[in-house]
Amino acid sequence: MAESVLAIANVSKSFGALKASDDVSLDLRPGEIHALIGPNGAGKSTLIAQIAGGLKPDAGAIRFLGEDVTHLDTVGRAKLGLGRTFQVSALAMEYTALQNAVLGAMGASGGIFRFFRRALSDQGLRDVAEKALARVGLSDQAGTVTSELSHGQRRQLEVAVALTLNPKAFLMDEPMAGLGEAGSKEMTAFLDSLRSEAPILLVEHDMDAVFTLADRISVLVYGRIIATGTADEIRGDPEVRRAYLGEAV
Amino acid sequence: MSRETLINIALAAILLAVPIWAHFADEPFIITLSTKVAILALAGVGLNLALGLGGLVSFGHAAYFGIGGYAMGILASHAQDYTPFMEWPFVIEGTNQMPIIWLVAVVMSGLAALAIGALSLRTSGIFFIMITLAFGQMFYYFAISWTAYGGEDGVSIYVRNEFPGLNTLDAIQFFALAFTALMLALIFSSRLAKSRFGLALTAARQAEQRVETVGIKPFQLRLTVFVISGMITGLAGALMADLNRFVSPVMLSWQTSGEIMIFVILGGVARLFGPVAGAAMFILMEHILGGFSEFWHGWLGLVLLLIVLFARGGLIGVLAGKEKADG
Repeated sequence: MAESVLAIANVSKSFGALKASDDVSLDLRPGEIHALIGPNGAGKSTLIAQIAGGLKPDAGAIRFLGEDVTHLDTVGRAKLGLGRTFQVSALAMEYTALQNAVLGAMGASGGIFRFFRRALSDQGLRDVAEKALARVGLSDQAGTVTSELSHGQRRQLEVAVALTLNPKAFLMDEPMAGLGEAGSKEMTAFLDSLRSEAPILLVEHDMDAVFTLADRISVLVYGRIIATGTADEIRGDPEVRRAYLGEAV
Repeated sequence: MSRETLINIALAAILLAVPIWAHFADEPFIITLSTKVAILALAGVGLNLALGLGGLVSFGHAAYFGIGGYAMGILASHAQDYTPFMEWPFVIEGTNQMPIIWLVAVVMSGLAALAIGALSLRTSGIFFIMITLAFGQMFYYFAISWTAYGGEDGVSIYVRNEFPGLNTLDAIQFFALAFTALMLALIFSSRLAKSRFGLALTAARQAEQRVETVGIKPFQLRLTVFVISGMITGLAGALMADLNRFVSPVMLSWQTSGEIMIFVILGGVARLFGPVAGAAMFILMEHILGGFSEFWHGWLGLVLLLIVLFARGGLIGVLAGKEKADG
């Protein structure tokens, strides 16, 4: 077995009496899409926040590229190459799609403390940004202000900004939400092609997409992982059926 | 060229033309008023970087304005009394040279902004407003109790400080200095807004999480802009003190912080020439309405209310329409 890109080991996090993460372990291997599913309130967002660096776990460790990142903040993990997309778009709404992508390119290239030269005149940044927009099919909307993009287009832009970082692993929180059927299909095909560049930890509610894409699936219920396995194994798991899939599939 | 750019050029041209006309029409008071507009606008340009681009509602910018003012007052008063500012461990003399005074004003206000920003920027929202206000008041009360420099009465100097090659006693020449400083600050601001730094800073105002996720620390961006902002307002303070040949704790009071903020809001938050339009309108109202009644602030309040309710882009917003995103 290849070394894991991202490894979450025995992570626990409580809010008062509520155990949002209860001894969670999962890993992300090179070249795979690992889907994390679970009913609403299962603790997916809390887990994502701990992996991204926004929340500190009470116990357990998170390793990324072989390095212990448990005590690293969001910025530090992003610099190591963790490319995150948000469930609720966290984009600069007054900016155009291109500006948002350029922001990502800037983060990746460093050199933020430049005060005179126009950022959008920097061909290097523009190339990275435009390429990322083209890859998610947003080239036509490069000049559109983000607040005027449709919900689905913002999801695409989220992914584009993550692409500009050229990350070593993706952490995607519901990239299909609000995409519609055709959009979902396109995004599914795109993520399918993306896994060879960097593995994806995918939180998703769209079960068609999950079962099409995921090499492995982990099921989170009440903060605990009740099963991890291939799509077939998860489909056949009686506990998963009872806890979750019964209502979804 | 966008409509806003044309309006900006027109504003700069008017601010330049009025005192030149006044110079030939022998109306020195109008020149002084124009100089005041240019200096107050410069203070506003400083605040607008933090407030407009960074979204940092600093209610303590009087501190930097006043530090700039006291840099002038202290150095110039020692120069006029022929006493050194300090003798131990080494001798620092006073000076009546504006370039040196400005440098000291900018460095001191920058250092103050660095200290205040490093502490205040750990908070946000209403707490940030209150903490910056509190720091501003600390400087105010310090100045009041600083009897070596006049305490509540402040410091007066008899002759305006000198600038190499110019006669600063000539009103129009002093105006030229203030106007040049304002234009340079505006050019710097417009470049900064569209630079890498400006792009990241403005993004941090809109979506902090996003900026962190691409590996940039919002705190560093904010602290940097806060210091630059304080330095520009500090320079304005030094010029203002030189215009009045007087500095007192009033420059450090929270009312001054409020006025600088009013220039920005009247003219248009985050609009390049917002502080210019705002300061001009403020001085015009003070001069015209103040002639009718000493309660002219009531009318100012009404205008401010109308702008906040109906024209969030301020005067520039009303004239130029909504701001366009960059490319």
